[in-house]
Amino acid sequence: MNRTDKIFGIAALFDTPDAIINAAEKVTAAGYKKIDVNTPYPVHGMNKAMKLKPSKLGFITLFFGLSGAAFAMLFMFWAMSLEYPMIIGGKPFFSLPAFIPITFEVTVLLATLSTVIGMLTFFFNYPNNNHPLNGTAYIKAVAVDKFGICIEASDNKFDKDVIEQLLHHLGANEIETIYYPKDEVYPIFQPKYLMFLAATAIATSLVTYFVLNKLMFMDPFNWMMVQDKLIPQEKSEVFEDGFGMRKPVEGTVARGFIPYPFMGEPTPADVLSNPFLPTRENIELGKKKYLIYCSPCHGNYAEGDSRLRGQFPNPPTLHSVRSREMSDGMLYHIITNGQNIMPSYASQVTREERWAIVNYIRVLQRAKFARESDLQEIKKESAANVE
Amino acid sequence: MSNSAIEFKAKQIPDTLSKLGLIILAIGVVLGILAFYTDHSRALFNYLIAFMFLLSVGVGSIFLISLEYITGAVWSVPFRRIVEFLASVTILLFILVIPLLLNMHDLFHWTHTEAVAGDEILKGKSPYLNTSFFIIRVLAGLVIWAFFYFAFTRNSKKQDLSQDQHLTTKNIRLSAVFIPIFAITITVSAVDWLMSLEPHWFSTIFGIYFFSGTVLAALAAATLIVVLLKEKGFLHPKIIDDHLYSFGALMFAFINFWGYIAFSQYMLIWYANLPEENFWFLHRWEGGWIVVSILLIIIHFVVPYSALLSQPAKIDPKRLKFASIWIMFAHLFDLYWLIMPNLESEHGYSFSSIDLVFPVSVVGILILVFNYNAKKYNLLPLGDPKLERGLNFRL
Repeated sequence: MNRTDKIFGIAALFDTPDAIINAAEKVTAAGYKKIDVNTPYPVHGMNKAMKLKPSKLGFITLFFGLSGAAFAMLFMFWAMSLEYPMIIGGKPFFSLPAFIPITFEVTVLLATLSTVIGMLTFFFNYPNNNHPLNGTAYIKAVAVDKFGICIEASDNKFDKDVIEQLLHHLGANEIETIYYPKDEVYPIFQPKYLMFLAATAIATSLVTYFVLNKLMFMDPFNWMMVQDKLIPQEKSEVFEDGFGMRKPVEGTVARGFIPYPFMGEPTPADVLSNPFLPTRENIELGKKKYLIYCSPCHGNYAEGDSRLRGQFPNPPTLHSVRSREMSDGMLYHIITNGQNIMPSYASQVTREERWAIVNYIRVLQRAKFARESDLQEIKKESAANVE
Repeated sequence: MSNSAIEFKAKQIPDTLSKLGLIILAIGVVLGILAFYTDHSRALFNYLIAFMFLLSVGVGSIFLISLEYITGAVWSVPFRRIVEFLASVTILLFILVIPLLLNMHDLFHWTHTEAVAGDEILKGKSPYLNTSFFIIRVLAGLVIWAFFYFAFTRNSKKQDLSQDQHLTTKNIRLSAVFIPIFAITITVSAVDWLMSLEPHWFSTIFGIYFFSGTVLAALAAATLIVVLLKEKGFLHPKIIDDHLYSFGALMFAFINFWGYIAFSQYMLIWYANLPEENFWFLHRWEGGWIVVSILLIIIHFVVPYSALLSQPAKIDPKRLKFASIWIMFAHLFDLYWLIMPNLESEHGYSFSSIDLVFPVSVVGILILVFNYNAKKYNLLPLGDPKLERGLNFRL
């Protein structure tokens, strides 16, 4: 026999819902506290007959419902308004109406899940596989068409004979004494079974791995990797020349650039004239760019005396007669086109900056060969500054 | 079902009730007439609010009757008479609608032919929104409701004497016919009386919005009467607090339903933000109306939701009494929010004491209607085959 001798309780079966309500009322009135009623369907009025207190389950629902609402609202506030604010449909970052459906859904989700899980864990003590009533004739009967009441032995007033008499008196059809079952070791906890589970898991994984990765490999998600498209700097069969990338149409001008038509010509400079007035800003820009790009060879004051002197063919001074007599256009042409060993600076220095450098070179030349009138002008200025 | 099982003679409804009702109604009518003399259009709009409230209670009650039959509900059988009494308000609407039909020109912008002629949108809507078709629709609705009211109650009252179960079957069939008709008529009423006040506006969910309020008003009125009668001991002694549970639960459900529908209507319009739709809400967000709009959310959703949330609150007569009075007020407030912004006045909300006048008459009319019916008919449907099960209902 698969049971101990310890009594769990006494169970009785009744035929009608009225009888079970009557029985529950009488048993409760007799002062028994540890009772339970099992019926095939919910019987209206049972709560009152058993003097049950309202279930505490509602508080779990309320707590998790409110948590869900708070979580959803705070998360959306953080995500949409603080962490990654994005304008969607011209609405404010924190737009309550748009958040309400999601808040509602999360509230309902958490409330229902917590109700079900809370009911199973806190109120039903799941899995509870060895409840003494499991497998008894009593529980089989109440699962079909009988109404049963069970008084547990843990009740203070428990007395087998008195209770059997009371239940007889109430008109019970069958009275069954329920015993605690023996402690069972469930097969799930036996080492053999666990080993079997582990072996099955490993075997299944290995088979799956080999079948999917070796025998019949398929790209799991290749619709982004494999596309009909041109990849920069790769061969392509779309065009006859085999290039994926196309060359711009002849005569295309890049944005922000003005084409320079005199590249490679020796003396085009007669046509060019400086479009920028030597204002203070322009000369300062020229100075800045000159010190960056020109001074490493020509020297800070254009004397051809930079630190590179002696390591290269010496860069010329810009204070020579030839340099001073060159037109602005010629200087510009040399910077743009290059000369002898000097490369073109057109790609590093913009058009405006090149003209500014020309202006600055003129400043340096004039400072080196200042006229008497210039000196007087400077004296006047410095006197004015002293006052 | 043995008919000897239920022997119940209700206590006589005291005469003071009819006096009370008459006094309240007299005060209401006098004040109402005064209101019409002081500010005709404002009084007219307030009259429309009162009319729509009575329509809600009356037609909503017919819906509750049919709901009981079609679902086979048992708990509500002992209260069906009270709902039937309230449903008779529908007959009064034939008289109450006359002032509205006579003053349609002041109520509805689309009745102004010169305005419609210069307005492409109204011209497009004129096959539906024109005076003669409007009157036909209104009268057809009233006749349909009155027909179903008489059909339901005639069968129900015949059953008191004949105990004939076939009358219940007949009413179940009637309910199956009535419910789709109710859905159409209540939508048409909502569109005609409420939405067409602002004829440029449209919202397809509007009928359901008004329906949710209608059922709430009818439920709340029935609950209030049941709780009051139970307190004073007019009901069958077998009726206990358990019976009230479904009143509370249904009111709670419809509060949620109203909130859901009201929010759905708002959110879709808010999201799309199209000028032809959103002006209706923008108007209710201007000036003082913003206070009324926010109060509507609190009065119609937050307070009754919190009041009815817990299970004990759905059984406790005291809390139900508070909730039912509150919900009736909330429905009035909802109608106020729907109707009053269409009153052509300066922008923004302005309160007037006229707004308080017409609800007084509503209370008087409801008392008198109940009193008249309660004196004439049984308070329990004695012949109903489900009555005994209804009386023995336990949670």
